[in-house]
Amino acid sequence: MSNATAKAKKGGFLAGTANYLDERVGVAGILKEFGRKVFPDHWSFMLGEVALYSFLVLLLSGTFLTFWFQPAMTPVIYDGVYGPLKGASMSVAYASTLDISFEVRGGLLFRQIHHWSALLFVASAGLHMLRVFFTGAFRKPREINWVVGFGLFVLGMAGGFTGYSLPDDLLSGNGLRIIDGMIKGVPWIGSYISSLLFGGEFPGESIVARLYSLHIMIVPALILVFVAIHLFTVVIHKHTHYSGPGRRDDNVVGYPLMPVYVAKAGGFFFIVFGVIALVAANVTINPVWNYGGYDPSPVSAGTQPDWYIGWLDGALRLAPTHLEFVIGHNTLSMNILLPLVVGILFSVLVAAYPFFEAWVTGDKREHHVLDRPRNAPTRTAIGVAGMTFYAVLWAGAATDLLATNFKLSLNQVLSTMQIMLIVLPILGYIITKRTCLSLQRKDREIVLHGRETGRIIRMPHGEYIEVHEPLEEFEAWKLIDFKDYAPTLARPNAKGKITIRARIRSGFSKFYFEDRVAPVNALELKAAHDHKEIH
Amino acid sequence: MSNSKDVVKPFDSEHDYEGGLAVIDKDAIKNPGMEPHRERMTDKSEKHEKAAARQVTALFVFSMIASAFSIYAYFAFPLSNITMGQVRLSTLLIGAGISFGMLAIGIGAVHWAKTLMVDNEVSEARHQTRGSEEVRARAVEIINLANQESGFSRRKLIRRTLYGAIALFPLPGIVLFADLGPLGSNVEEKLRHTAWAKGTRLAKDPYGTPIKASDVTIGSVFHVIPETLRERNDDGTLNSEYLNEKAKAAVLLVRVEPSVLNPSPGREKWAYDGIVAYSKICTHVGCPVALYEQHTHHLLCPCHQSTFDLANECAVIFGPASRPLPQLPIAVDSEGYLVAQSDFNEPVGPSFWER
Amino acid sequence: MAIKRNKNNARRSPYAAILVILAGLLVSGGGYAAANAVVSAKSETPYSAQDIKTGNQLFLANCASCHGRNAEGTKAAPSLIGVGAASVDFQVSTGRMPGAASGPQLMDKPAQFTEQQIKQLAAYVASLAPGPAVPTSNLDPTAGNSTRGGELFRINCAMCHNAVGAGGALTEGKWAASLREASPKEIYEAMLTGPQNMPVFNDANLTPKDKQDIISYLTYVQNNPSAGGDELANLGPVAEGLFAWIFMLGGIVAITIWLGAKSN
Repeated sequence: MSNATAKAKKGGFLAGTANYLDERVGVAGILKEFGRKVFPDHWSFMLGEVALYSFLVLLLSGTFLTFWFQPAMTPVIYDGVYGPLKGASMSVAYASTLDISFEVRGGLLFRQIHHWSALLFVASAGLHMLRVFFTGAFRKPREINWVVGFGLFVLGMAGGFTGYSLPDDLLSGNGLRIIDGMIKGVPWIGSYISSLLFGGEFPGESIVARLYSLHIMIVPALILVFVAIHLFTVVIHKHTHYSGPGRRDDNVVGYPLMPVYVAKAGGFFFIVFGVIALVAANVTINPVWNYGGYDPSPVSAGTQPDWYIGWLDGALRLAPTHLEFVIGHNTLSMNILLPLVVGILFSVLVAAYPFFEAWVTGDKREHHVLDRPRNAPTRTAIGVAGMTFYAVLWAGAATDLLATNFKLSLNQVLSTMQIMLIVLPILGYIITKRTCLSLQRKDREIVLHGRETGRIIRMPHGEYIEVHEPLEEFEAWKLIDFKDYAPTLARPNAKGKITIRARIRSGFSKFYFEDRVAPVNALELKAAHDHKEIH
Repeated sequence: MSNSKDVVKPFDSEHDYEGGLAVIDKDAIKNPGMEPHRERMTDKSEKHEKAAARQVTALFVFSMIASAFSIYAYFAFPLSNITMGQVRLSTLLIGAGISFGMLAIGIGAVHWAKTLMVDNEVSEARHQTRGSEEVRARAVEIINLANQESGFSRRKLIRRTLYGAIALFPLPGIVLFADLGPLGSNVEEKLRHTAWAKGTRLAKDPYGTPIKASDVTIGSVFHVIPETLRERNDDGTLNSEYLNEKAKAAVLLVRVEPSVLNPSPGREKWAYDGIVAYSKICTHVGCPVALYEQHTHHLLCPCHQSTFDLANECAVIFGPASRPLPQLPIAVDSEGYLVAQSDFNEPVGPSFWER
Repeated sequence: MAIKRNKNNARRSPYAAILVILAGLLVSGGGYAAANAVVSAKSETPYSAQDIKTGNQLFLANCASCHGRNAEGTKAAPSLIGVGAASVDFQVSTGRMPGAASGPQLMDKPAQFTEQQIKQLAAYVASLAPGPAVPTSNLDPTAGNSTRGGELFRINCAMCHNAVGAGGALTEGKWAASLREASPKEIYEAMLTGPQNMPVFNDANLTPKDKQDIISYLTYVQNNPSAGGDELANLGPVAEGLFAWIFMLGGIVAITIWLGAKSN
């Protein structure tokens, strides 16, 4: 636009600022580098953004809350506006939480915004992880970023736990009691760790202030560092894209950062914040005034942690009876250690999966075009099995609510879940793998013979056939473009020996790729077309 | 599926081929390249374009109104003597204003991007993450040069002492945390003892009224603390030690027909005429086991569903706990009040290693 | 009337009620009747001989098949001798009795008898042996101290009924009922009689003032919806988690689909 140029020449405000900034921080170079950076467009690529934006909302709303919250466990007599607690003795932390809720305008809204965005942060991070897993986005060169993302998920759990324990109410106090009980179950060091954490005996007068330091300093700082690494790596690698016409491992197809993504991603931040605020304005979360201040004697029915801690609580519930052993003078609490070990093992498997799959396939190429889940049947099946395992543990934390709401026996619900924890992941694996292979076969059929139209015609010689509509080249490409792997045999090495490593790897390669459906190639496509012409 | 591709890759060929087990098909179909760009309604018709522009503007205007409304809602409710209903309304209105203010900006911006901004897809080249051979050679050269100039490999003693120094320097920082809480044998000792002692009266939780044996009718359950637990400071606040002691000393008192109980040898005298007292702190991870079923005589923990059978000395009959709830031996004093015969005979609450 | 009196006691001194109970206990010497001395001894019986006679007929027609012709109990159902009028009133007016089908627990349902008939049944059962009486005065839910009531409720009731009375699970298919709709009279009678597997809270354990306070607390939480908005049935973090996944994340995913879709 000549008009704009003229303005800039005249030294309009915008041009002046740009010039000022460029001469001091080199903003022109930055814009040149990043301004037209390309991002591919797909709804599933926005899930990580949801997590990032919820985190920003957490920082903003959390900062607001710190101006009023007092992390002390000193007892006071409550003299606020909430009737059924007036005159009760409670900790300063609990009283200040009540004051934020009822005597700071917008305080309850921001408490609810903070808590809802915490739930959303971990949930969207989890869904983002699932997307990355099922599309194989963790493959080279993104293995390390997978681990960083996994770390963010764990940090999210830590941030959530340290946060919801701060109000020092009955519900979170019982949560801390459970943590204390678990720590004490750790051999040798348990009682000492508990003493250090609580500053002596449980509950003591220190824990809230200590969790507060962790919650507002250490955990968010770590999350910020991890987010920075996570995003920096995305810039280095550029975003993955789904297979489609023109999409290759050596390019990235999408829209430029400026202006389309500034508008879309920037607007999306406001949308995420808006949705959180809308929910927070309408739906109660963590009504601490209902629970009362912490006291070690009472407990409320339906005592559960927030959802992201649920799977660990479920693991505790599902442990079989009588797993505690007395060895000499010492007690080994396997009823606590077993769930802990299962939880840690599961986490390690999740974090280490990219390295394992890379070892099995031996594929050292960079992958930037994503897999459709069906095109990696074994991986998808493993993912579903893992998801099912997690889901059963998660549901395990709600055994009592399942029992009351579906009129079942609490005991039967729990015993059934113990069985489901083993059976469902196996079933999930088998069903998923078979479904994926069938879908792949269907894709082959469609590529080779076109789509069924439902139109039946009669041939001159009396035969009836259904007309198949051939696929457009662009449409077909999505169904053809995937990587095909074949199992390997364990071969002797240079010294003529078959190593155990080679045998194991060959075994896994069979496990992964023995049942496979290869993509359609040009010869097959030609043969299919020729065959049709004969008709 | 087709024979030409069922190649089994031998393991040792991976040195030759970086694709690992990937099958390379020389007859693979080629990528057809980018699809032609499709025009949107807003590209084709000026009417649609104008409508979209109006919608975006309207959304931004609506956002301004919503934000202003939110400020109005803030001042609409006074702070003094606010009722719960007013808090509800204040939360709803401020929140709705903020929410619609944000949503309208977001939806407007996205709508703008989708309908009015140029939507040509762009392809950008992607380079391998690893540096080019040249860059890598230079990196190696720099490392070697640094090594040479500093003598890092050559000066073994310096190098090793540096490692040692780096390994040790964080230790003081870790040790400093030892004062977070008391350590030593005192820790276990405290876990072994509660506020119960010979002659301590059983009192009602939370106000400390002592309980007479005759108060406890069959089918009743009393939540009990030691009468000696000094609950209140002079200003009426709870004593800070109170919660620590209560966390160990909380007891559940129940009366059943004496014939229901099956005391083991040596514990026959721990009950008084069908009245029994058990620790309320779960032996699993410490939740209060407080759900008592009058007719089944079962105690249920609401946190992890461990179930204890009161008729059998609170043995675990379901759930993740292992140990029975510890029993508090009780008797009646000369005035008819229930008293403890002694402290618990074992540590209460979750198991710990030194138990 | 009983409640009103105790309220007066409470005005004099919070411990007066306890003293009265203790005095009552000393006189009558323990046992079930003793624990309820304060309530039953002071309330003049409101039933006529005609009530008892009609109640007996209703009992024989509707209850005797399980509870026995003389309410002595059978294998199918417990004896009703000494359970008192309060127990009958609670069980029949909440529809738990007559029981519909066998199961781990009796369900509450619309009452099958009129108020008059319930009174007559209660009169009959009360005539068999002394037991807790139906509270005869109107329970004033605003008279008690809801802070004290809340504390007592959390210690004695919340582990089964949840901190705001949303209910909860017990073993083997049993459950603690929701108190969100329960009337002050029902709450009072339930504490006094310990229906089904609920323990008994006699007047020595929770004094009439304590009970009044608990009722005040429950009435407060029944009548004051959460200041934060929809309560998600007061089910706590599980309901919150499901809401976050299904409605928040679900809604946002729907928006991302709109965002990622090509415009026409």
